[in-house]
Amino acid sequence: MRANCWHGTKSVQVQDVPDPKILNARDAIVRITSTAICGSDLHLYNGFIPTMKRGDVLGHEFMGEVVELGSAVKNLQVGDRVVVPFPIACGHCAQCEREMYSLCENSNPNAWMAEKMYGYSPCGIFGYSHMLGGYAGGQAEYARVPFADVGPIKVPDNLTDEQVLFLSDIFPTGYMGAEMCNIEPGDTVAVWGCGPVGQFAIRSAYMLGAERVIAIDRFPYRMRIARDRAGAETINYEEVDIYEALREMTGGRGPDHCIDAVGMEGHSPGVMGAYDRVKTTMMMETDRPVALRQAILSCRSGGTVSVIGVYGGFLDKFPMGAIVNRSLTLRSGQCHVQRYMRPLLKRIENGEIDPSFVITHRMRLDEAPEGFNLFNQKQDDCLKVVLTP
Amino acid sequence: MHYETRDGRSAEQLAIGLGWFSIALGVTELVAPRQLARAIGMPDASETTLRSFGAREVGNGIAILMQPDRAAWLWSRVGGDALDLSYLASGLGSDHNEQGRVGIAIAAVLGVTALDVVCARQLSAREDDFGSLPTGIVRVERTTTINRPVDEVYRFWKNFENFPRFMKHVQSVEVFEGNRSRWRVSAPAGMTVEWEAEMVDDREGERVAWRSTEDSQVQNSGIVQFKAAPGARGTEVRVQLEYIPPAGHLGRTMAWLFGEEPDQSIHEDLHRFKQLMETGEIPLSDGYGLWRAAQPAADPQQVRSLAGVNS
Repeated sequence: MRANCWHGTKSVQVQDVPDPKILNARDAIVRITSTAICGSDLHLYNGFIPTMKRGDVLGHEFMGEVVELGSAVKNLQVGDRVVVPFPIACGHCAQCEREMYSLCENSNPNAWMAEKMYGYSPCGIFGYSHMLGGYAGGQAEYARVPFADVGPIKVPDNLTDEQVLFLSDIFPTGYMGAEMCNIEPGDTVAVWGCGPVGQFAIRSAYMLGAERVIAIDRFPYRMRIARDRAGAETINYEEVDIYEALREMTGGRGPDHCIDAVGMEGHSPGVMGAYDRVKTTMMMETDRPVALRQAILSCRSGGTVSVIGVYGGFLDKFPMGAIVNRSLTLRSGQCHVQRYMRPLLKRIENGEIDPSFVITHRMRLDEAPEGFNLFNQKQDDCLKVVLTP
Repeated sequence: MHYETRDGRSAEQLAIGLGWFSIALGVTELVAPRQLARAIGMPDASETTLRSFGAREVGNGIAILMQPDRAAWLWSRVGGDALDLSYLASGLGSDHNEQGRVGIAIAAVLGVTALDVVCARQLSAREDDFGSLPTGIVRVERTTTINRPVDEVYRFWKNFENFPRFMKHVQSVEVFEGNRSRWRVSAPAGMTVEWEAEMVDDREGERVAWRSTEDSQVQNSGIVQFKAAPGARGTEVRVQLEYIPPAGHLGRTMAWLFGEEPDQSIHEDLHRFKQLMETGEIPLSDGYGLWRAAQPAADPQQVRSLAGVNS
């Protein structure tokens, strides 16, 4: 089959690899009909995540048709159309029973590697480094899905792939980011990053009752989509001082909740931005937490800072003093996608949201290298690339 | 705990040397990953991977210098060496790499590894109250929590014939009457060893213990204890193993070099046990360790044998 494989920093290639086979009784094989490039794939592309190996099949946002089932999968049938969540979760460990699926204790066969980095291992993830499982990903014609009796959900035929594909990651991720804020009536939520996850965080904050959502970015086309399609007010961090702007926009209180949908590769025009660039280049810190620092300083006292942007390692100049002295709540996590898929599918069916509004580029799987380049460079007003095998 | 002995001081001095070595190597990996990649004959090696190895080396080095009497930091170096070796070994198969240089790099790491093991063992022996264990005995202890009731976990473990399903190196266990069993275990360099064991303790839902019979080739014993975890969190399983490796110290060093460092090994075996008890299977990924890329294998048996899963 054809698959998009990692070949080092800023290098991906679509190549022929063997077709996946059933390895365990709870596996399924899915023939992929739609797959996407995630913002977090760019961290792999830019070489920010360790334990990648040449030839790793990328991709963790995918859906398709079940073509083969292991003997223990009873809830699916060959021919079912399914969306696959990016965290691989067994459904039976203590964390899965708490619905903390991205903390599954059993799905990472390389748990010992993650333990060296993080203390304990999170779940395995499709196409996202060996430390997080070494699973072949879904930017391919076929994928093997472990624990298929727990993860994939069937989707109705009257919804298109583009409407349901993002249940695999970015819609639930944005939703969880807003949910972690415990939004109350009258609340203002600030969202750093108008990438695809930021767009869904904005929409979700409104769904959960926010009065206002203010979104922060520097790319006019992304801010336009945040205004026109997600309903946010927007501010450009290259034009204004974000802390001052947010303070003035919220009557001097600061936003009640701040969502970091940027993660480890944040940019900033100021001195701190240059500082982080030097430090990450020297490997004195692994991540550039410019958005997170701003979110913490901007949040009103007693508010929530919700981190859904991906961080991989160690941060520098982290304003812990602000968190302690101003009673901020810091919440985070890789999304427990399995928990949100069904309720969010309901919202799509009810017409509350059509997630396809983030798609700007539709390409063939073979064009994945160009898609990565466009998305990474933010060329051609690229917000979200969907690939079809 | 601190002991003033000549042996202890020399172990500490060696530890301090290895600590500085760790920092020097780590800084090289952090600052000049490109040059280092060329030097080890893997010009295409990922800078990020080398730098993350460097960060680990520096951290480990600092930890050793702060507590040169702690064996754990040296064992951590041994684990790091294992990672380095598996990474270098993964470079042997590729035409991008200069095989000669990779080979030299592996030989160099093996040399340092031997020093690390010697030093860690000396420090460990001190922590064990100096030879309260006869020389050469290896003792390993690990605990995990299984989200299943005590009696179920106990019953599964009590049937020794289940061991090959989750113990990577145990090929078979045959149980016969009189609480005796015959074990067949893979040893370094593709060899196998066999021994007979006897169940010496069996308390329903509490513990199981066994010991090899006196005429066995490899003297070993094990105790497994089961306890209900608080608040309906399942079962805590504590495994203690003791054995005398076939060739004493050298045997253990050899065993480690072939990927059978007992502490790591029992840790992974217990994780498999947990996976099997909780999910009914041992999950398999495509890229086990760093041995092969995360892409489907033409022959699934390759994935199974890398992961040590007997089907």
